[in-house]
Amino acid sequence: MDLNFTPEELAFRDEVRAFLREKLPADLSSRVGEGEALAKADYDYWHAALNEKGWLAGNWPKKFGGQQWSAVQKHIFDEECAAARAPRIVPFGVAMLAPVLQAFGSKEQQDHYLPRILSGQDWWCQGYSEPGAGSDLASLKTRAVRDGDHYIVNGQKTWTTLGQHANWIFCLVRTDTAAKQQEGISFLLIDMASPGIEVRPIILIDGVHEVNEVWFTDVNVPVANLVGQENKGWTYAKYLLTHERTGIAGVGDSRAGLATLKRIARTEMQNGRPLIEDPLFAARLARIEIDLMAMATLNLRLVAAADAGAAPGAESSMLKVKGSIIRQQINDLARRAVGPWAMPFVADTDGNLFHPGPDYAAKASNVYLNNRKISIYGGSNEVQRGIITKAILGL
Amino acid sequence: MDFNHTEERRMLADSLRRTLARGADWATLAELGVLGALFSEAEGGFGGAGFDIAVVFEELGRAGCTEPVLEAGLAGGLLADVGRGDLVETISAGDLKVTLGWQEPGLRYDLGPLSTRAENGRLTGRKSFVTNAEGADLILVTALQDGAPHLFALAPRAAGVTLHSTPALMGGSISELTLDAASAQPLGTAALDRRLAAATLAVCADALGVMESVKTMTLDYLRTRTQFGRAIGSFQALQHRMADVAIEIEMARSAVINLAGNLDSPDRDRHVSATKSLVGRTARLVAEESIQMHGGIAMTEAYALAPLARRLIAADHRYGDEDWHLARFIRLTA
Repeated sequence: MDLNFTPEELAFRDEVRAFLREKLPADLSSRVGEGEALAKADYDYWHAALNEKGWLAGNWPKKFGGQQWSAVQKHIFDEECAAARAPRIVPFGVAMLAPVLQAFGSKEQQDHYLPRILSGQDWWCQGYSEPGAGSDLASLKTRAVRDGDHYIVNGQKTWTTLGQHANWIFCLVRTDTAAKQQEGISFLLIDMASPGIEVRPIILIDGVHEVNEVWFTDVNVPVANLVGQENKGWTYAKYLLTHERTGIAGVGDSRAGLATLKRIARTEMQNGRPLIEDPLFAARLARIEIDLMAMATLNLRLVAAADAGAAPGAESSMLKVKGSIIRQQINDLARRAVGPWAMPFVADTDGNLFHPGPDYAAKASNVYLNNRKISIYGGSNEVQRGIITKAILGL
Repeated sequence: MDFNHTEERRMLADSLRRTLARGADWATLAELGVLGALFSEAEGGFGGAGFDIAVVFEELGRAGCTEPVLEAGLAGGLLADVGRGDLVETISAGDLKVTLGWQEPGLRYDLGPLSTRAENGRLTGRKSFVTNAEGADLILVTALQDGAPHLFALAPRAAGVTLHSTPALMGGSISELTLDAASAQPLGTAALDRRLAAATLAVCADALGVMESVKTMTLDYLRTRTQFGRAIGSFQALQHRMADVAIEIEMARSAVINLAGNLDSPDRDRHVSATKSLVGRTARLVAEESIQMHGGIAMTEAYALAPLARRLIAADHRYGDEDWHLARFIRLTA
């Protein structure tokens, strides 16, 4: 047992910190910290800054333009970026599609799409969920029918995060309606500029336009855009869902959130003293911090196992469940900490109205409401518990 | 022992529920007697007891009504206390909309110490979290005069009065009120306790009504949404959580009954804090569980749950949150 990073890993951490100090603008970092919705230009800026350094896809194999980071290095990088309140790397191209192309794509697809992901030329979004296929993703109905050297795609995808910025979408589509559910699905790459695609915004409970519906009406997709084999899409989708899952706990995000929460609690006064000295509040805060300390080690145990060659498995479901609960508890406590300032509720859709309270209070309710999603998306916590029950406990 | 509402209150609740389901405006609410039910006969109404308040606000919450009824009871009650029965009658008739500014920035949920001051009939200072000041004809505020809290009445558009308003988490509007030597009518010393206790009951009963609506919506969804070839309500993991939600809502209903029955008892404040702390906790649980059991659909503004979930979360930020009342309960019980 050794709970410490190696000297090399610590040196890498210092290098990441120096980079963040130099390249992450204070204004951008503070907007991330206060939970503001970022503009496309913000994501583009950070994407380019990381790519220039070669760290956008640090964990990619060297032959595809990555640094072949270990799981520990990737973990350190993610933690430091979260702690510094950097924008998240939009995951759909870099972290989701790229591993699938690297594992299952053709040489032509790899040569064409991977450099465009790195350069930011393509912004990918994800076409998985449908109105009738959420937790039960395999019941998806969007249909792709082969017609010569094209597929004709019809159907509807939903919860398409940041799809309003995307020029490409990777989709799970049904190519065989006679086969067993999981066996008739294919993985298609679709140009968002294709005739017959319509993107409709979905406004969320906190008033933000973050996700979309994407409708397909007789959309022509070249057969060359099929990834891997027809009707094997479910295998690739599952690979995507188990790949790179060690970041799913969001420990870095929770640490940054906890630091912000403490700052709020030191500023807000209750009964003539700082809220952080209120015994009830202090107990709530301490309990979360204690959980987070254990969570961080649970996360590192799985990161170390990944570097030792263990296949990522159902243990990542534990990270998802517990990590999302901790993040939501921090958001909940931040909202409570701002007290009555949680009541003025200014949404993005309200235009230029300003929130009358302290800066740290402006988005406390919005962030709390928005992050109710994290126990729902990417396989709800109920689905994760089902995986744990079957795959780990054997029940 | 009798846990049934009186015939009159049942009739009011029934007609209110039917009318609100069709969408009722301010005049209709006044006509139905909703505003008169907030005041006693001596004050110019025909209700005013804890259970009158409980039945009215449960229905308003159930329907998600955002009309300023709570403000009418709170500010109207204070006007009755200072002998302005004439204004209470106008309020009951629906001809005068009022609200109260009692909070100030930096005080969180405390009543004081106040910073807003009155000198020569002019007010200077800042009042926070004034609900539904937009559209109000008259705003009551508390301010220090000769070192003691007094009550004043302001015209919203008088010189020296500035409102900065935003939408409120629970619906309606919420305003920061800046007073710069604003002329105001003095109404005597301010004794807010009984009226704030009644407003706290109103928020708790409102939250109870919202919880009932949310429970109905969630049950409907559990019965009709299918995944894995069956209704999601057939999964035991969700059944047990829904059962817990149902238990907690009955606990909240019982706590509201406790407070309504003790609104004029010597033990009032202990019940205020017990009920508000419990309802704050339960409202959050019901909001979070109903969103989780629905899944993604409940995250969208277009789905009817969104404003109700926000209203449940907001309930914990009004008149003291779960922890503020827990601490107060400990002090009052020790």
